[in-house]
Amino acid sequence: MAKNDEVIMLDFWLSPYARRVQIALEEKGIKYEIKEEDLPNNKSTLLLQLNPVYKKVPVLIHNGKPICESLVVLEYIDEVWNHKSPSLLPSDPYHRAQARFWADYVDKKIYDNAMKFFKTEGEEKEDGKKGLIEGLKVMEEQVGGDRTYFGGDNIGLVDVILVPLFSWFYVYKFTNNLNFVSQESFPNLFAWAKKCTERDSVSKCIPKEQKVFEHFQQRNLLNSDQ
Amino acid sequence: MGEVKLIGTHQSFPCARIEWGLKIKGVEYEYLKEDLSNKSDLLIESNPVHKKVPVLIHKGNPIAESLVILEYIDETWKDNNAHSLLPQNPYERALARFWAKFIDEKCVISVWGACVAQEGEEKEKAVEGAIETLSHLEKQIKGKKFFGGEKIGYLDIVAGWLSYWLSVLEELGEIELVNAERFPCLHEWGKNFINTSPIKDCIPPREDVLAYFSFGINYVRSMAPNKA
Repeated sequence: MAKNDEVIMLDFWLSPYARRVQIALEEKGIKYEIKEEDLPNNKSTLLLQLNPVYKKVPVLIHNGKPICESLVVLEYIDEVWNHKSPSLLPSDPYHRAQARFWADYVDKKIYDNAMKFFKTEGEEKEDGKKGLIEGLKVMEEQVGGDRTYFGGDNIGLVDVILVPLFSWFYVYKFTNNLNFVSQESFPNLFAWAKKCTERDSVSKCIPKEQKVFEHFQQRNLLNSDQ
Repeated sequence: MGEVKLIGTHQSFPCARIEWGLKIKGVEYEYLKEDLSNKSDLLIESNPVHKKVPVLIHKGNPIAESLVILEYIDETWKDNNAHSLLPQNPYERALARFWAKFIDEKCVISVWGACVAQEGEEKEKAVEGAIETLSHLEKQIKGKKFFGGEKIGYLDIVAGWLSYWLSVLEELGEIELVNAERFPCLHEWGKNFINTSPIKDCIPPREDVLAYFSFGINYVRSMAPNKA
């Protein structure tokens, strides 16, 4: 694209959805600027203007035009900067469909259930936990062996979408609430996550685990041990 | 281009989306009618993760999830004569995908919620929420014949359930969400959409849709916790 491309991301450091977009920009070597939002209580006028439907981050602003919803943003980035590798999506329609299918599954089965588990109590929290375990078991079968990444040999859409959630998982190691997500129960996923975090793009973007922990601790969001 | 099969049920609007997409592209296909109360081995093998319809099988390869299938159809059948479902420009494509997700996630859920809710404050609130959701679509269609412009596109196909299935839900839920007074543009769009070929060739009989939805609504209502 043109040398004077302006790429801005409305961000919140803790949002795993925003991390997806940042990882994609880093992987493709696209220059961007971050505008940090003060969430959840102090959303900027710009955010409310550019994402009136959801009022959420991430929002990508490319030459003044806003794009919202992380999965939509990732496909946009892949299409506009299709001359920059890696390609987030494969080139043939069938494999693209598979990638989109799994991206949708990760969003709905893994993320939605993880958020339910982290943010609710009682029966709803149990539901979230059950859904999360089911989803992780399915993803465990999709990677490993000769598949270094979900897309195969190279990082792709599904990897970028799933990896930010792993920094959240670390927090709960301190409270034992997430002991069901372990290397023993999900060896392929843990090996995959390690491989991802060895990449500069991912290690730069994933918030330091200690910072995540302190944030939750400050806001009293860590549950006490059962 | 290879053999095309669609596993589906006619009452299901996600399945209708696929028929519309295939017909617009002029693709011949075989419809494999599925009995959802007795799922076939083929469905379970082709969509082991969700075991749901629709599933497109092309050259033996299965693709599931209606929005994913629509993009696959658009990418696979794209010679010069084929009508493009998604816009060409990446920004316009991003907008189409954004609104498609909004329709499939927010609209469907809020409309369903408004129908299922029983009388009282809960229902009022649910109806208000559904109207608010739909108001975003009214803004999007204003000044346009179709979401895709002059011709039906991807977003029209995704929103298509609003032009027919919605009225069945409104009847069962005893509510009115889209009418000419409240949403004139969306209402007009719905009439244009449902009366255009090939859309109107894939509409199931109303009594089948009624039966399909009322089963679901009764089930959900029966599962709701009793309120003191």
